[in-house]
Amino acid sequence: MGKIRNWVAGTAAAGVLSFAGGQAQAVEIEYWQYFFQARVTAMDTLIENFEKANPDITVKMTHFPYADYRTKVAAAIPAGEGPDVVQLFYGWLNDYVEAKLIQPLPADTFVPAEIEKEFFPMVQAMKRDGEYMALPTAVRSLALFYNERLFKDAGIENPPATLDELVETAKKLTQKDAAGNLTTVGITTGMTAQDHHWFREVLVRQFGGEPYNDDYQTVNYTDEAGQSALAFYDGLRSEHGVTLAGFMDEPQAAFKAGRAGMHIDGSFRIGALNKTRGLKYGVAELPAGPTGVKSNYSSYWVNAITSKATDEKHAAAVKFMQYVTSDEAMQIWLDTVGELPAKPSAALTEANSADPVFGPFIKGLEYANTTKFANESAQRQVMVDMLSRVELENQSVEDSLKAAAAEEQKILDEYYK
Amino acid sequence: MSYYRNLSIAQKQIAWAWGFLAIPVVFYALIRFYPTGNAIVLAFQDWNLLGDRTWAGLDNFDKLVADPVFWIVFKNTFVYLLLGTPVSLLIAFAIAFHLDRVRFMHGFIRALYFLPFLTSAVAMAWVWRWFYQPVPIGLFNNFLSTLGIPQISFLNSTTNALPAILAPAIWAGLGFQIIIFMAGLRSIPQTYYEAARIDGVSGWTVLTEITLPLLKPTMVFLVVFSSIGFLRIFDHVFNMTTNNPGGPLNSTKPMVLMIYDTAFNGYDMGYAAAQTVVLFTVLLIVSLLQLFLLRSR
Repeated sequence: MGKIRNWVAGTAAAGVLSFAGGQAQAVEIEYWQYFFQARVTAMDTLIENFEKANPDITVKMTHFPYADYRTKVAAAIPAGEGPDVVQLFYGWLNDYVEAKLIQPLPADTFVPAEIEKEFFPMVQAMKRDGEYMALPTAVRSLALFYNERLFKDAGIENPPATLDELVETAKKLTQKDAAGNLTTVGITTGMTAQDHHWFREVLVRQFGGEPYNDDYQTVNYTDEAGQSALAFYDGLRSEHGVTLAGFMDEPQAAFKAGRAGMHIDGSFRIGALNKTRGLKYGVAELPAGPTGVKSNYSSYWVNAITSKATDEKHAAAVKFMQYVTSDEAMQIWLDTVGELPAKPSAALTEANSADPVFGPFIKGLEYANTTKFANESAQRQVMVDMLSRVELENQSVEDSLKAAAAEEQKILDEYYK
Repeated sequence: MSYYRNLSIAQKQIAWAWGFLAIPVVFYALIRFYPTGNAIVLAFQDWNLLGDRTWAGLDNFDKLVADPVFWIVFKNTFVYLLLGTPVSLLIAFAIAFHLDRVRFMHGFIRALYFLPFLTSAVAMAWVWRWFYQPVPIGLFNNFLSTLGIPQISFLNSTTNALPAILAPAIWAGLGFQIIIFMAGLRSIPQTYYEAARIDGVSGWTVLTEITLPLLKPTMVFLVVFSSIGFLRIFDHVFNMTTNNPGGPLNSTKPMVLMIYDTAFNGYDMGYAAAQTVVLFTVLLIVSLLQLFLLRSR
């Protein structure tokens, strides 16, 4: 008995000593992101790997519901609490920089020239005064989802490669009941989902335009190119009758239910579609424009070091940032979350490019553009209203486009004033 | 302690009274008045939730007056009020008046009417949203199309969408209004009705000369209560139009939804606070006006 008691006391003392020793050197940094199960799981894996490689650093992850995220970050950092490394949407960067919530990534570790060489070009939107403020682990792009069963029934072999083919394919897929009501749409539409990106960054460019000037501070889609783009988009409904905005309430619902032949959506939709029983779908690159121009839209969440991190915490945060922007981390993120690697070296591996689902999205990244939004939801609403005026109030495409441009310019002016 | 001992009994009573009153007073000051005051101050500032608050003077209000969307929203809010309150009260009174006389399964029928009031507004709004969809999933349009009648655009229409959203909102509040009306009806002394019956007065006269005048306190309560409810309408509109909040083309957007959108999508807290101040003023004026008009002489 005595022996055992001594042994227990000895071990306990040793444990306390080693614990105290560990405490003295260990740095704990905090990481914040919003709650989305796959993202949390992926980050858990990344943290585990990082801690294994850096035993003296522990990373504590905290996550919040999306709705509270911004308020919590804003309240915590100025108070000297909260995260050392924080995740934010690329469109929020200006606000975070202006509020001094984040600090630039040290240029000796994150050399701007190297970042520009290693990452996909749209990441350059994260540069302020020659320094990078934040970097993504993963990016998202758009692609054309198609329902393989409906394609087979309609005798269509390949997904459309051009916009003309898109219209012809959609016509073959569209089904109506005896009264002429749509029961299956050829392609889903609705500016409320991803189509406002498709219009801005893809269709306008494909018809020969440039949607914005002056680094996204001036609206530039009212020219002929913009009009042709909107006429094409609205024509899917008004001229060809292959779609209806709000069909089955939401585009992705119609596609999931097998009531839509084609559907343009982001890579983040893959997970939900894979869970849909009985749905066999394929993925293709977005159709090319009349002159063969290819374009895509990319958005992403970035990680940044907050102004709260100083001294050894800053050093640890830099190490952590290096790890979460490494090829290894990007592959883990792709496998867990389904978001695409932000570097060609990680994205364009043979296995990834050949992947029937991820491949088309990854190819899209090479020619993707990123809109710098001042207020994404307000700017999306402008597009929604633009189409509603044409559809519900019979306004001409030209007038509606001009009205939309004026409204959007007002939002931009207010933000950049 | 000695200070307390030297107080007279009356003073002690006062001290105790304030001691107890302090709890609700502090509670209200902290939970109600402080945020309200803060919001009013914020209406004269600019703040994006992240940076510092900066003084903006009357800029937010100037912007509000010049904003065409605000005037559409302002009008919509009053359409909700002016359609919603009378229609819901008329229906509720008609049902309560007749239900009061029904003996057969009275409790069960009353419970049925009350049921929608217990249901979550969000769930209800989504069910109605699906009812209103075009074929192939919309209940109403599927029914119309089997009869060979052309579809009706309920939600995707600038004229039909507001009444389509208002209908379930009225239906949801009906149970509560019926219960209050029935309580009001029950509290009218039977002797008046007996006297009227002895005099051989017609049913219409009984209604207009006895029932309605004696129901006045109940009606004042319900008018004020439901007016505030319709002026603050949000959940039904938001949930039935989540993809295009308050749409199409702002035709269904009430003030609360505009405030929400400005604050939590636009992060323009000062402008949102200015809208809140306007809504607060409108609510105050409407409530005071109704109390004045329906006051008992």
